[in-house]
Amino acid sequence: MKKIEVLGMGCANCNKLYQNALAAVKLSGREVEVAKIEDIQKIMSYGVMSTPALVVDGVVKAVGKIPKPEEIKEWIK
Amino acid sequence: MSQDCCASEGNIMILSCSGGSNVGQLANQAAVELTQEGFGKMYCLAGIGAHLNGFVQSAKDVPDLIVIDGCSMGCGKGIMEQSEVLLKNYLVLTDIGIEKNKNFNLTRDDIEKVKQAVRDILRKQNKAAS
Repeated sequence: MKKIEVLGMGCANCNKLYQNALAAVKLSGREVEVAKIEDIQKIMSYGVMSTPALVVDGVVKAVGKIPKPEEIKEWIK
Repeated sequence: MSQDCCASEGNIMILSCSGGSNVGQLANQAAVELTQEGFGKMYCLAGIGAHLNGFVQSAKDVPDLIVIDGCSMGCGKGIMEQSEVLLKNYLVLTDIGIEKNKNFNLTRDDIEKVKQAVRDILRKQNKAAS
């Protein structure tokens, strides 16, 4: 099963990205795990410069921005 | 990464070659001080060079960045090209009249000269964009 991780410590933008990720999963019709990662050490382990960031199956796809559900959907095909 | 979630400061990524000469270390010191002054955020060029996904994607997604190379060997520029990251702004320290040598006793004048050159490049770019 594919996995999306939303990196961020809980601000409004992080929550927006999390909602977009959930919407993308719904659009795709696939079963995808979506997790919020709020632990700073875990976030830093991905090497991202800023948050929110989005990771799909361990690969960083977006940093410091909020991709739309349609865009995220393409990454979980 | 910033401790502050989604902080708006530091939207300029600063990458220095940090090489083994006076100019490499001047690039490094200027990047450190500009970060401490809140002008931008120094980031790990080596991580991009190693093609670590999180580092490369961060460089691709950041609104603005500058690469500071010490000399015309252009190692920083080469890393950006190989990682397919757009070189938005670029400074070579030997191009602004600093001679390359192996003297690691950096001078305050040279450090300030580099910092000012970085500020000037980004100010000019922002003016052109507006």
